[in-house]
Amino acid sequence: MDKAQFSSPWMPYLLLMPQMLIIAIFFLWPAAEAIRSSFFLEDPFFGKATFVGIDNYRDALTGSDYQRTAWFTALFTILVALISLGLGLMFAVSADRVLRGQSTYKTLLMWVYAIAPPVAGLIGVMLFDQHIGPLVDFAALFGWDMRIGVNYWDTGTAMIIVATWKQIPYNFIFFLSGLQSIPSSVKEAASIDCRSEFRRFWTITFPLLAPTSFFLLILNITYAMFETFGTIDLIVKDQPGNSPVTLVYKVYRDGFRGNDLGGSSAQSVILMLIVLALTIVQFRLIERRVHYN
Amino acid sequence: MTTLRIKNARKVYPNGAEAVKGVSVDVEEGELVVFVGPSGCGKSTLLRMVAGLESVTEGEIELAGRVVNDLEPADRNIAMVFQNYALYPHMSVRKNLAYGLKNRKTPNAEINSRVDDAAKLLQISEFLDRKPSQLSGGQRQRVAMGRAIVRKPAIFLFDEPLSNLDAKLRNQMRLEIKKLQQSLDTAAIYVTHDQVEAMTMADKIVVLNDGQVEQIGTPAEVYGSPATTFVASFIGAPPMNLIPGDLSENGLNIGGTVLDHTADHRGPVTFGLRPERARLTSDANGIAVDIGVVEELGAIRLVHCQLGDHELTVTQDSEEPLPSGRMGLEYAERDAMLFDRDTGHRL
Repeated sequence: MDKAQFSSPWMPYLLLMPQMLIIAIFFLWPAAEAIRSSFFLEDPFFGKATFVGIDNYRDALTGSDYQRTAWFTALFTILVALISLGLGLMFAVSADRVLRGQSTYKTLLMWVYAIAPPVAGLIGVMLFDQHIGPLVDFAALFGWDMRIGVNYWDTGTAMIIVATWKQIPYNFIFFLSGLQSIPSSVKEAASIDCRSEFRRFWTITFPLLAPTSFFLLILNITYAMFETFGTIDLIVKDQPGNSPVTLVYKVYRDGFRGNDLGGSSAQSVILMLIVLALTIVQFRLIERRVHYN
Repeated sequence: MTTLRIKNARKVYPNGAEAVKGVSVDVEEGELVVFVGPSGCGKSTLLRMVAGLESVTEGEIELAGRVVNDLEPADRNIAMVFQNYALYPHMSVRKNLAYGLKNRKTPNAEINSRVDDAAKLLQISEFLDRKPSQLSGGQRQRVAMGRAIVRKPAIFLFDEPLSNLDAKLRNQMRLEIKKLQQSLDTAAIYVTHDQVEAMTMADKIVVLNDGQVEQIGTPAEVYGSPATTFVASFIGAPPMNLIPGDLSENGLNIGGTVLDHTADHRGPVTFGLRPERARLTSDANGIAVDIGVVEELGAIRLVHCQLGDHELTVTQDSEEPLPSGRMGLEYAERDAMLFDRDTGHRL
């Protein structure tokens, strides 16, 4: 790419200004505020704050409730990311192979994505409704008495399924376009070199999808950790007690429902560090093995 | 022995389009057969049918005495070189070459020695650990050929392998492919739309047009005695002059000029004369032509002239004086070819 030449040395900074402002107002400032208040015990009603050092962090990290939530978040994130990536890829490979009615098939699979997220979330929640949910009835056929909002793992399962279901079309679209950008002659050359279609997929197609997969993996982890907030909120709204939630939801619940602003801030700082670490790990480790054209 | 026998092969697509309309071609052992024709003539489809990348609607493909119609491409003992190389971008050159052998459970030692031999032959040994993206077009082309060579197939299939290279490299690679194919003594089919490539490389040329064979023959045969007006105009540069005329007892009438011609045929014909087989003379008493534009090509020049209402091209040595005005046209009668004007077939 050509390097643009500016007549004034301030010009590039001026052009970057709007983006910088947005980052400063919506990220840097709140982040700094969270870090500051994480060291205080805030009185939610009279605005008095007492400096407590790292007590908020110690309370958060040693609390059994926090640890349980952290483990659930890890499990939730891994399962949602992997299952939705796996199914998205599977559907994309099938759609790529379908010759007749391909566009119908594609449209049907993308449909969910076209629906507004809260609506899709609500539909998902209704599928698991205790009284009218068909999936609860379906589980009952196998002798599984699903009690959403009462049983911890039943609720967790429903959460994972709804969150995964919403993310599949997104992954499907990216995987499909990734598949279709593989030159047909490369696939043909592979079909001459290798008889087994299964082997061809893992030695040629999948490695060539690696950039897409890597990109999607990051997006899916982010999705599962943060963007599932709405889905989780819909599922656990009226059952605060024994329901599993993710770390982000706990930050919200402790802060805005529990009025523990300091503790909530400490949790969100921890979350920030986790995200930072994850990003570094992802780019350092995975990108090295990813082939970019 | 015949390596490949294509018997009456037809290809009809689901939408009803007929790409190949009953083609029969034999490829003998060690022979390089070129399929040549304009785009859309079915030459690539036919090649892909041999490779197994397209199904055969009707007819038979017989490779080394075995009908392979229903075999997977990987089971056919063929190797193909694609127009855009089709290298595996995520694998090193060495892995690209080894991939086909590895999948066939070839022992590692054997793979290594074959890859090294092929790399040496193609002068790509120093690139073995690079990725395709780090290679130039010519080098990628060599890797693509290497991938075919290491397999030691019964037949090589080349699908316009040089059309992505620049003109200079193309001429060089053309010669190298020919040499390579001769030294390996393996049969090959080479698809191209470039008649120069076809003429220079082929042991046997198959001229295809609209899904049908127009003529099969050696380059000399196809050039020297084209079977149809299509072949006459397609093979040779500049193309053969083709002028409508009428044969009667008096001779051959071309736009008012009557030429002596001893042929039994009567009726409308197409008169064909190669530009390089015609001469211009200062004596305009025989066949008279009016000189038009002259194109200098260095060693030779192309003289465009007018014979009655018809355009005619004559090539001339650049040493000769520049032609102008009205001149005479001479040719040997054996060089003049007559084609049936309705069917296009040689009389």
